[in-house]
Amino acid sequence: MEATVPARAQGYVACVALLAALCVLPPDATRTPWWAPALLAALNAACEHVVRRRSGGTFYPVLLAGAFLLPPSAAALVPLPAALLVHVEHRPVLLRRVWRAAQPALAVWAAGRVHGALGGRDAVAAHAFPYALVPAGAAVLAFCLVLTALDGGLRAAGVGIPPTPFGQWERMPAHRAWRGLLSRSLAPVAVHGLAGLMMAVLWRSRYGPVSALLVLLPMGVSCWVFAQYHRERAAHQATIRALVQAVDIKDGYTRGHSERVGRASVLIAHELGLDDERVEVLRFAGILHDVGKLGVPTRLLRKDGPLTPEERRIIELHPEYGHEMVRGISFLGEARAAILHHHERLDGSGYPYGLAGGQIPECARVVAVADAFDAMTSTRSYSRARPVEVAVEELERCAGTHFDPRMVAALVRALGRHGWHPGVTADDAPHTVPAQQPAAGRRSGAHR
Amino acid sequence: MTALRLIHACAALTAAASLALTLWRGVDDPGVAFAFGVLIAVGELTRWSGTGARRTAPLGTAGSLSYALLGPDAGHPTGHSAAQVVTVVLAASLLGGVPHIWCGRTATADHLARRVLTAGFAAVCFQPLYNRGAFRGWDGPAYALLLVALLVLTALCDAVLAAALAHCRTRWRFGPLLRDELRGLLGIGFAVCATGAVMALAVAVAGLWALPVFCLPLLLTQLSVRRYAAVRATYRQTIASLARATEVAGCTPAGHARRVAALSRAVGRDLGLSRPELTVLEYAALMHDIGQLSLVDPVPAGATAVLPREDQRRIALLGGAVVRQTGVDAEVATVVERQADPYPEQPLAARIVRAVNAYEEKARDAGPEGPLMALEELRLATAGDYAPEVVESLARVLSQALSDPAGDGVTHG
Repeated sequence: MEATVPARAQGYVACVALLAALCVLPPDATRTPWWAPALLAALNAACEHVVRRRSGGTFYPVLLAGAFLLPPSAAALVPLPAALLVHVEHRPVLLRRVWRAAQPALAVWAAGRVHGALGGRDAVAAHAFPYALVPAGAAVLAFCLVLTALDGGLRAAGVGIPPTPFGQWERMPAHRAWRGLLSRSLAPVAVHGLAGLMMAVLWRSRYGPVSALLVLLPMGVSCWVFAQYHRERAAHQATIRALVQAVDIKDGYTRGHSERVGRASVLIAHELGLDDERVEVLRFAGILHDVGKLGVPTRLLRKDGPLTPEERRIIELHPEYGHEMVRGISFLGEARAAILHHHERLDGSGYPYGLAGGQIPECARVVAVADAFDAMTSTRSYSRARPVEVAVEELERCAGTHFDPRMVAALVRALGRHGWHPGVTADDAPHTVPAQQPAAGRRSGAHR
Repeated sequence: MTALRLIHACAALTAAASLALTLWRGVDDPGVAFAFGVLIAVGELTRWSGTGARRTAPLGTAGSLSYALLGPDAGHPTGHSAAQVVTVVLAASLLGGVPHIWCGRTATADHLARRVLTAGFAAVCFQPLYNRGAFRGWDGPAYALLLVALLVLTALCDAVLAAALAHCRTRWRFGPLLRDELRGLLGIGFAVCATGAVMALAVAVAGLWALPVFCLPLLLTQLSVRRYAAVRATYRQTIASLARATEVAGCTPAGHARRVAALSRAVGRDLGLSRPELTVLEYAALMHDIGQLSLVDPVPAGATAVLPREDQRRIALLGGAVVRQTGVDAEVATVVERQADPYPEQPLAARIVRAVNAYEEKARDAGPEGPLMALEELRLATAGDYAPEVVESLARVLSQALSDPAGDGVTHG
């Protein structure tokens, strides 16, 4: 990875670090025993070490417990050892360490300030429920606000935000830099805040810090399960991609065809105003539509020149082969019907069943148009690639007989709006980043 | 079946005695009992009855354990008896389980028996001593440690009970089942115990408000466990379809990969493999023939066991290369690659896949005597190709399947 961070980002990090140092510096008037921040800091470092190694996320309960228990300037010291000791995977190491120390320090300091101003520390010490929830909630909100404000600043300064800070280099316009950050992080931080509150209450109780440690175990397991979930999902997506690659290897001339049909199907689906879940299903339908070609002898797929009727019949079996292969994968839903019927035609002259008009499932009609479009605009063994305009003309000519005019119109509108960029293939499709939060409200369906 | 009856009878007796005692003596601290009852019922309601997740109701379990070990409530001692604990746990579990029973989703009797006996054990260990004031000297951190110790003890008993129930239901060997349960304790099991302890302590400090405050994080854990299980199931389906590619392509007969996977899993279980090892074995068995997709000329009927050794190895290496591309665990690829090596050099999973694959290929078209003849052939070839302990285990599994056709050990895995 390129290790040159823009100067304005470096300056920004330096400013944040300076602010954090100012928060830590004033020695507080109230005397706090040194062991409490030290213990919390060590605990935080240990948790961060485990959580980062296992899942690459961050772990806030200890930080928030620090904000609920300690004076703000002492609480701001809690994230320090974790930032200095925990392993940093990517360069620039020093800048990342400074950022990891300064950002949570400021956030914890703010949370501690708000919590203290609302009388939260007394409420925690007196176990005054439900009032203790009010300062805790305000503190969580402050914590979140500071975190997202600092993250957004980092974005505006031209580098990526966690979970891969300093990862991407293009600068974001200022009005977009903060969008969506708060709503995404508030729920998981609130859950961590509840755990932190429980920790603080038990820490101050007569059962002491030992009982507070017990809170960390379920939270740790929660993070672990969440990380496992993402790892498994990534593996699942790699497997689906492998299915597609297997077809590409067999049928060398159509390399990248599957991925492009997936993208064209998504364009049409968005244009039709389908909901997100169906758009995802259509993406898979497009990607997997030719998976049945695995069952067709390679000799036939690669044959130059005209096919005999016998050979054509064998190739025309591929939708049924494909359906036979994927019918056990329940999450594909109606994509399975699309795979079976993507060669049906509106006038009933298609295969395998010769369905006509409305008998053909909607998603199959979408994939049929996307498939024909990409077949025309990419180079095949028997024909050279045609320009997009020619392909669109051809599609419009066949709309009503072969293709659903609604889908053709949607594709034409989408092309007019977004253009067609066929360069993306399976290899350089964006990879998913590991999730940052154990409790983030992500969709359970596979995305991308 | 007698052990199963014994466990169910114990649970029923405990439940009936507790119910009678509670009805006779009345309910102490009804507010606390109601709050914990609601918590357990909610935990049961959000339970997910899949095969993938081990602890399917962590919230319900943690709630019942914390009620069993509840001492003071916001500083005031509570007086509920062990019998009352069992009654509340039973009633709440039944109430929360109504939708599940309605859909007929799980072996509810086993689940209830386990819940009642576990909660009863913890309550009998703690409540009589607490109510008599035996723990009055144990204030402070020592009390927290006492609760943790009691919970660990309870979790161990629960693991034994769960393994015994699974043993009775499936007739798989008790040792590996128990080892599996104990290994499960290290992850989510101890988290459930810790949650039980935390809730008992938090209620002791802050009163019943602690329950909703700490419930929410745990509920989310439960949801993530559920999503994890769901994505695992999907992943398994995808692997199975990838395996079916060889069948669709006409390389192997229909159902071959699935049968080899199911039989390999049964043999692996008989040989005492752990749960993660069984998953690796199953995936490798599903994809063991995938190397044939890369061949120019298909092998007749996909029967690799009769090929010369070099060809077998070449196909195995091709298969390993395909599996590596799929992003499945690298261990699976290793097993697929090494399935044709001589058995002393193979990992156990590869030995199992090799022997089971050879058995399946030899037995499938040979008529009614096929299985026995195939087994005999394997036994004769144990000198170099097939590991003797795997062949013996295969014989055990097959004879068990023959004598117990209703058992689902082989057909469903």
